[in-house]
Amino acid sequence: MASPIEQFQIKPIIPAINFTNSSLFMIGAAAVIVGGFMLATRKRALVPGRGQSIAEILHDFVAGTLTDATGKEGMKFFPLVFSLFMFVFTANMLGMIPGFFTVTSHIIVTFALAILVIGTVVIYGLMKHGTHFFGLFVPSGVPAWLLPFIVVIEVISFLSRPVSLSLRLFANMLAGHIALKVFGGFVVALLGAGGALAILAPLPLIMAVALMALEFLVAALQAYVFTVLTCIYLNDALHPGH
Amino acid sequence: MAQAQAQTTHAETQAHGGAHEDVGFPPFATETYGGQLLWLVITFGVLYTLMSKLVLPRLTGIIENRRVIIARDLDEAVAMKTRAEEAGSAYEKALAEAKGRAQALAQETRAKLAAESDAKRKALEADLNKRLAESEATISARKAEAMGHVRGIARDTASAIIERLTGKAPAPQAIESALDQINA
Repeated sequence: MASPIEQFQIKPIIPAINFTNSSLFMIGAAAVIVGGFMLATRKRALVPGRGQSIAEILHDFVAGTLTDATGKEGMKFFPLVFSLFMFVFTANMLGMIPGFFTVTSHIIVTFALAILVIGTVVIYGLMKHGTHFFGLFVPSGVPAWLLPFIVVIEVISFLSRPVSLSLRLFANMLAGHIALKVFGGFVVALLGAGGALAILAPLPLIMAVALMALEFLVAALQAYVFTVLTCIYLNDALHPGH
Repeated sequence: MAQAQAQTTHAETQAHGGAHEDVGFPPFATETYGGQLLWLVITFGVLYTLMSKLVLPRLTGIIENRRVIIARDLDEAVAMKTRAEEAGSAYEKALAEAKGRAQALAQETRAKLAAESDAKRKALEADLNKRLAESEATISARKAEAMGHVRGIARDTASAIIERLTGKAPAPQAIESALDQINA
């Protein structure tokens, strides 16, 4: 029986260019996204078919999330937010297929995506508002003696954003896949033990099926959470005043 | 912390799996970070470029196109509704005019008919009055005539009665004067 964490193993495919199973599934996710959208919108129909409806619903959903958090001017970040949402969502969903590698179960990937978000916030905020951007750390209406503490807390909370953003996604994907693997492993172990124990084998199987449903929910939900938080952080870049 | 967590997971792995190769905890295997980052940057860069240059313009184009067409159709519908309402009010006006004309015509006809029947009635009445007067004249003439005869009858009767009673005819002057006395 395989270890529950073996599924997260990075396996080289073309070592010369560092091409691994992770790289393959990243490219797979991107190909599914771009190919899927191009296929769905190929007719450019006025009355959308099934595929085009899904594409348009995804577009309106992400656009709605972005404009709710940042207002109309946030739409300049739409390609970034939409790409992020689709990439995380597709990577999570591809990972649900048995035997497939989950790109987002690696902290370095989620951390890099979180840094991309925070980097965008900081660079855009500084370019747009200059030093006024640091007003983000100085809430108005706070007594002067309290201000140093508040500023320290605000700075720490700002710095912890990429950490919490990346850890949340990473930990959810990792824990879910481990739990699935563990329950799957129980089924095999009980069957292998034979006799009375083999009769109990369906119990963890039922659990694994239930967990599978939960993991689909988590895969979609974490992609959404990542996107919502991205939108909220981008709002700080657009409107830094507290 | 990462190190400690990796160790615990490792320990669990040993407990669960038993004998197989030592895999460590892959997400914390720092030697794979470089390759993952490299391919993430390439993949996400290409994805972002394709999304912003190819997929999203097409998708927003479709949605925007639909919005424009719907707005245009709605405008057209409003214009058509206005035209329909105009046609409706024109029809109402024409109907009211026609009703008015019909009423005037009916009034006129009624007045003409009334005048005609009035004239006829008057002619008839005049005719009847004339005939009535004629009849009355005839009646009074007949009456006078009859009254004239009454005097003759009375004279003849009186002379016959007297002749029977006395045996000789009375003098006509005496009867005439007696009759004049009665009549007076």
